[in-house]
Amino acid sequence: MDPHSDTHATEGTGRPIRFRVFRYKQGDRAPHFDEFSLEVAPETTVLDALTAIHTRLDPTLILRHSCFHASCGTCGMRVNDREVMACVTKVLDLDSPVVKIEPIANQALIGDLVTDMVDFYARFNAIGRALIRESEWLPEATEPAGVESYNRFENCIECGLCLSACPVVASDPRYLGPAALAAAERAIEEPRGLDRDGILALTDDSQGAWRCHVAFECSKACPSNVDPAGAIMLLRRRVATQRLRSLIGRR
Amino acid sequence: MSEQSVERTAVERGTEGASPRRRGLIGWADPRGRRLGGWAFILNRLTGLGVLLYLSFHLVVLSLLARGPSAWNGFVSVAMSPVFLCFDVVLIFGLLVHGLNGIRVTLVGLGLVVDRQKAMFAALMVLGAIVLIVAAIHIFEVG
Repeated sequence: MDPHSDTHATEGTGRPIRFRVFRYKQGDRAPHFDEFSLEVAPETTVLDALTAIHTRLDPTLILRHSCFHASCGTCGMRVNDREVMACVTKVLDLDSPVVKIEPIANQALIGDLVTDMVDFYARFNAIGRALIRESEWLPEATEPAGVESYNRFENCIECGLCLSACPVVASDPRYLGPAALAAAERAIEEPRGLDRDGILALTDDSQGAWRCHVAFECSKACPSNVDPAGAIMLLRRRVATQRLRSLIGRR
Repeated sequence: MSEQSVERTAVERGTEGASPRRRGLIGWADPRGRRLGGWAFILNRLTGLGVLLYLSFHLVVLSLLARGPSAWNGFVSVAMSPVFLCFDVVLIFGLLVHGLNGIRVTLVGLGLVVDRQKAMFAALMVLGAIVLIVAAIHIFEVG
């Protein structure tokens, strides 16, 4: 028995739900969906259901999770076509007899519901890793193999949901994307010794703040209230103000 | 979840061709899961493409003038047909959506009224609908 599904189980009183789960393994010709039926209780989350499927029905299902309370950012997924944290999304709140579960979009797929986050983190490198702050370094921490360094920044839980929801990233991977731009805005707002003008200049680019098409899907998808779209608009205002001032000879 | 109720019911293979990893050249047009802002973006781009198409058509039509009065008069008689007038209404719809949403995009893009962008879109679209109805009545009355 899966301990997390046990926590929320209500024997005999659950509602039957069909789960259509995206499947893909390296080497497969094409992805497909597997379908599973589970009875779920009112408190059952999508992650509970997936761990139950993994434990009892199909141990080959690849999924990633850690904290179970939307803090670690690892279980971001597309559920019924919308980006959510699986650990805090209750199945019955979806109000649908069929629940479609896919990995987040616009990132390379490792397998089933797990994507490779390297591209997501590389976007922060593009703006000079603006969020590295001296006060946040943990000298005792060790970096995972293949990762030069890492850090945690402000409210962002680095789940990648914003990148998955962004319609511009969907068509153009060169766009810096909402998470990195929101990080840049946060650093500009509170530089703590960082090169404020340099970061702003990096975002003032056709693939930077100006590439956003104001769909606000990133802010809707964000489970941590970072509001990346709002941050991008603030970046634009900063750039526009700076240009206007330079036109009239003021800095 | 009870253990007894768990069962695998079916396997579908190859029924969903598209991988969600990268949605490709027209990924922006994927309407699944979109909210109001996403729909505004899709509408804006589609109407932008439509207006571009119209502009090309318009230039072709204007070139008829170089072929003399008979060519132009022939086109005008087609342009007054009910079907063509319906296209005029569609054109005005596209211009209104693109132009009015453009006001929203410009204001929000300058960091103004960002937190009111949804209400602004709704208000502008209501305004557009009123103008469209008036324009459509006028087009068919004149036509």
